[in-house]
Amino acid sequence: MNVILLLIAASLFLGGCGLAVFLWSLRTGQYEDLDGAANRVLFDHDPPKR
Amino acid sequence: MTALALDAGPLETATDSCAHCGQPAAVGQRFCCPGCAAAFETIQSLGLGSYYERCIAERPPRPERFEPYDLTRFITVRPDGGKELVLAIDGLRCGACVWLIESVLGREPSVLTGRVNMTSRRLRLAWRGPASEAARLVGRIEALGYRLVPFDPVALAAARDDTDRALIRALAVAGFAAINVMLMSIGVWAGDAAGLLDTMGPATRDLLHIVSALIALPAIAYAGQPFFRSALAVLRHGRTNMDVPISLGVLLVSGLSLTQTLSHGRDAYFDSAVMLLFFLLIGRVLDHRARGQVRASVELLLTLRSTDVTVLAVDGTAALRPARSLLPGERVLVGMGERIGVDGVVERGDSSVDTSLVTGESLPVTVTAGAAVFAGTMNLGAPLTVRVTAAEDGTLLAECARLIEASEARRSRFVVLADRVARRYAPAVHLTALATFVGWYVWGGASLSAALLTASAVLIITCPCALALAVPAVQVIATARLFRSGILLKSATALERLAEVDTVVFDKTGTLTEPSLALVRDGVDPAALRDAASLAAHSRHPLARALVAASGNVPMADQVEEHPGQGVSAGGMRLGSAAFVAVSVERQFPASSDRHGAASPDRGGAASPDHGEAASSDRHGAASPDRGGAASPDHRGAASLDRHGPARPGHLTQQRAASGGPDEPGHDGGIELDHDGGIEPGHDGGIEAGHDGGIESDHDGSGRPDDPPTSSGEGHDGQSGPELWLSRPGRAPVRFTFAERPRHDAAETIARLRRMGLKVRLLSGDRAASVARIAAAVGIEDWRGECSPVDKVAALRQMGGRVLMVGDGLNDGPCLAEAHVSASPATAADISQTLADAVFQGAGLAAIGELIVTARRARGLMRGNIGLSIVYNVLMVPLAVAGIVTPWLAAAAMSGSSLLVIGNSFRARA
Repeated sequence: MNVILLLIAASLFLGGCGLAVFLWSLRTGQYEDLDGAANRVLFDHDPPKR
Repeated sequence: MTALALDAGPLETATDSCAHCGQPAAVGQRFCCPGCAAAFETIQSLGLGSYYERCIAERPPRPERFEPYDLTRFITVRPDGGKELVLAIDGLRCGACVWLIESVLGREPSVLTGRVNMTSRRLRLAWRGPASEAARLVGRIEALGYRLVPFDPVALAAARDDTDRALIRALAVAGFAAINVMLMSIGVWAGDAAGLLDTMGPATRDLLHIVSALIALPAIAYAGQPFFRSALAVLRHGRTNMDVPISLGVLLVSGLSLTQTLSHGRDAYFDSAVMLLFFLLIGRVLDHRARGQVRASVELLLTLRSTDVTVLAVDGTAALRPARSLLPGERVLVGMGERIGVDGVVERGDSSVDTSLVTGESLPVTVTAGAAVFAGTMNLGAPLTVRVTAAEDGTLLAECARLIEASEARRSRFVVLADRVARRYAPAVHLTALATFVGWYVWGGASLSAALLTASAVLIITCPCALALAVPAVQVIATARLFRSGILLKSATALERLAEVDTVVFDKTGTLTEPSLALVRDGVDPAALRDAASLAAHSRHPLARALVAASGNVPMADQVEEHPGQGVSAGGMRLGSAAFVAVSVERQFPASSDRHGAASPDRGGAASPDHGEAASSDRHGAASPDRGGAASPDHRGAASLDRHGPARPGHLTQQRAASGGPDEPGHDGGIELDHDGGIEPGHDGGIEAGHDGGIESDHDGSGRPDDPPTSSGEGHDGQSGPELWLSRPGRAPVRFTFAERPRHDAAETIARLRRMGLKVRLLSGDRAASVARIAAAVGIEDWRGECSPVDKVAALRQMGGRVLMVGDGLNDGPCLAEAHVSASPATAADISQTLADAVFQGAGLAAIGELIVTARRARGLMRGNIGLSIVYNVLMVPLAVAGIVTPWLAAAAMSGSSLLVIGNSFRARA
C-alpha cells in the first residue's frame, strides 16, 4: 500500500501545477477579453504589431 | 439619416446599398455618402479589402464627423518613452472590426501597440513621437466610422475592479482543493462502504484524512475569506445575513473534522466544507460578473456621451475643456446644434433651446441674454455665449438634486428576498444544531465529540448552499437574458422590486414618444415629398433626415447647393425655411435676400467668436420680421439628431453635433482645436440645411395673417410645429410639418401592461394639449400635463402602491429616484440613466413589458428555489439530527440540492 504515498504526492503535484498555471494565466490578463480571443483565431494573416 | 432610415420605416424598399455601410444608397450610387466612399477608399488602399468579407455581423458604422476632443490630457507616458492612450470605441460590431482597426494601426510606423479589447470595447493605443500624433491616429480610425473617446487614466485606475480577480483566485483554489479532497474522501468511503465492509485499515484512513486536512484547511482559510469578511461586517452591525451561517458552518465543520482526524475518528467532513465553498464561490463570481458587465456598459455609455465644451478666455481665445472642470463665471461658447454642457446664464446671443431632456417640453424655448440655460439642453439656433453659474437654490437643478437625494435615501432601505429569508433561516439553523448537540450530550448519553459531530452534521446539511445559490443564480441568468435584449439592469435588487410593481408611470417626451420628430403625412403630395427628399438627402439636418426617412429611397438630386443655416437648393428647387424658399414674405422684406447673399462671405472666417455671434445675431434680427410664425423648421428635430443614434438596437448613445462630414465646406461659428492645441476656424456649428438665421420657434407668431393653418396637431396653445418648405419653379410652395410621434409600439406595450394587471399613468412636464394628444394616441386615460418635478414627485407619492417610473428627462430624475423602481431609455439625460435601475436600448417600449415579465418570472423562480432548498432541509435535517448522516450522504445531498437549484434557475432563460 506504500504506493499510495507516491500516488497522492503525484496527484497533488499535478493538480498544483494546474492551479499555478491557471493563476498565472489569470494574472497575465488572459481572461480579460474572451470575446476578442474567440475572434482572433480567425485573423489568419497580417497580424498587427504588438 | 443613419438611424432614421432604420427605424422610421421607409415607404419603399431600398434598391441599392452602400458598399461600405450597407445602408440604402440612392439608386445607381455606390455609396450613401462621401464619408463611406472615403472609408472604402482607405480600406482598399491599405489592402484590407477582405474586411468586407470578414464582416459577419452588421456592416460598419457610417463615418461622421465626431466632436473634437482634447486628447493630450489623457495621455500617459510609458517607462520606455512611448505614449499611451486608452479609448472607448463605439461602433464595434464583430471580430472584423477589431481586425480592421488593429491592421490600420499596424500599418502606422509610429504605432507601438494598437490593441482592441472586444469585451470591454476599448482600444489601447501606444505610439512613439509627439503627443499630437494621437489626434492623427485617432482621426484615422474615426474616418472609418468608429467613434473614439478617451478614458481618463486616473479614473481608469480608480475603476479597476480587483474583486473579480480575487474571487476567481479564490474559486480556483477552492476548486483545486475540492477535487483533491474528494479524491481522498472517495477512497475513505470506498474502503468503508457505508460501514458495511470496513476493509480500510485505520492507519490508511488517518493518512487520507491528514492529507485532506492539509489541503482543505489552507484552502478554506484562503477561499473562505469573502464569506468570513462579509459575515464579520454584518455581525459588527448586530445583523445577520446568509454569510453568517455559511461561515459558521464551514468553520465548525473544519474544526470538528480536524479534531476527528487527530483523534483517529472515522468521519471527517473536509470534502463537504470545501465543496460548499466551491459552489458558493461559483455563485459569487457569476453574480459579480453580471453586475460588473452592466457597470462597464453604463460607464462606456456615459463616457461616449460626455463632450468637451468650448471655453472662452478673457482675451477672446477659446479652448476645449471638459465641462466639469469649469468654474462659475467662466464663459462658454455653444455653437448651433451643440449641447449646452453647463448650467448658466446666456450672456450674448438669441436662439432657441431644446429643453426636452430637462423639462420634458417638446417644443423649443426662445432664449435671449439673461435667460438661464441648463446642462443637457441643446442650442438649436445661433451661437450662444453662456456664463457658467453654480446651481443655485431655487433653480430647477437644485430642486431636482434635493428631491433626488431625499428619495434615494428612502429607497436604500429595501431588503432583498435572500436577506429576508436569511434573517429567519440563520437563527433556526443555529438553534437546531444547538438543540441537537444538547439533546445528544445531555439526554442521549453521547460523548462530547460524538454530540459535536452530530451537531456539525446538522450544520452541514442545513448549510444554505442551495439557499445561497437560489437567488443569485436566477439573478445572473435573468440579468444576462435582459442584457441580450438590450436592457441593462443596474441594481441587484431591481428584479425583485420590478416584480412587485402595480403601477407604471410614463413620462411623455422622449419616453412615450420617439426621441425625434416625424413627418406629418396627412395631405402630403407624394411627388412633392419625393422632390423634397431628393434635396434633403444631401443634408444632415434632422428634419431633412425625417423627410428622407418618410420618403423611402429616392435618387439624390444633382448639383445640390447647401446654404448653411438656411436650406438646400438645386436647379430651381429650394428646400428650407419659409424665408429661404421665399414663401409669401420675401418680397415684403427684401432685407432677407440681402442676408442670404451676405451669408456666405460673412461666415468663412468665424475664427473669433465675437464675429460669429455678431453675424448670427444680425441674421436673427433680420429673420424675425419675415417669418410670421410659419418660418421655423425645427427644434425638436435638431435634438433628434443627437438623440437618435441610440435608437438603433445595440448602438450606444452618442452626442453628435449636427455637422458636416470632414470635408464639407462652409463651416462657421464653431471652433475646433487643432493638433497643436490652437484654434482653427472653419466649422459650422453644424446644421447645414433647413434653417433660417435662427431656428427658434416663434411662440407668438401664429396669430399673423400669413400663417397657414397648422394641421399637425401641434398648433395648439399658439404653437407652431416645426416645418420645412419646398419651392419648385412654377408651382406653389409646399409645406411639410413635423410632429412628435409616439414610439411605434407604445400603444401595444401599454395594452400589454394593462393585461398584466398594471395601472398605467402619464405624467409630463409638457403642455396639456400635447400630453392629451399623445395620451389618446397610446391609450392612457389617466394623464397629467404641465407638471413640475415637484408636482411629479407629489403625484407619485399620492398614487401610493409600487410604481415603476419610466422617464428620460432631468425633470424625471426625482421621480426616478422616488419610485419603487425606475427605467430610462438609453437616449435619456445622463442623470436619469444614473438614477434609473434599468436602462433600455432600442426604438421601442417593448422593453418595459419584457422587464416586468422577466422580473415576475425571476421572482417565481427565486421563490421556487428557496422552496426547493427548504424542502430538502426538511427531509434531511431529521436524518442529521438522528445522527445517521454519514459524510458521503452529506456530500451527495449537498451537491444534489445545489445542482437542482442551478438547473431550476436556468428556466429564467426561457
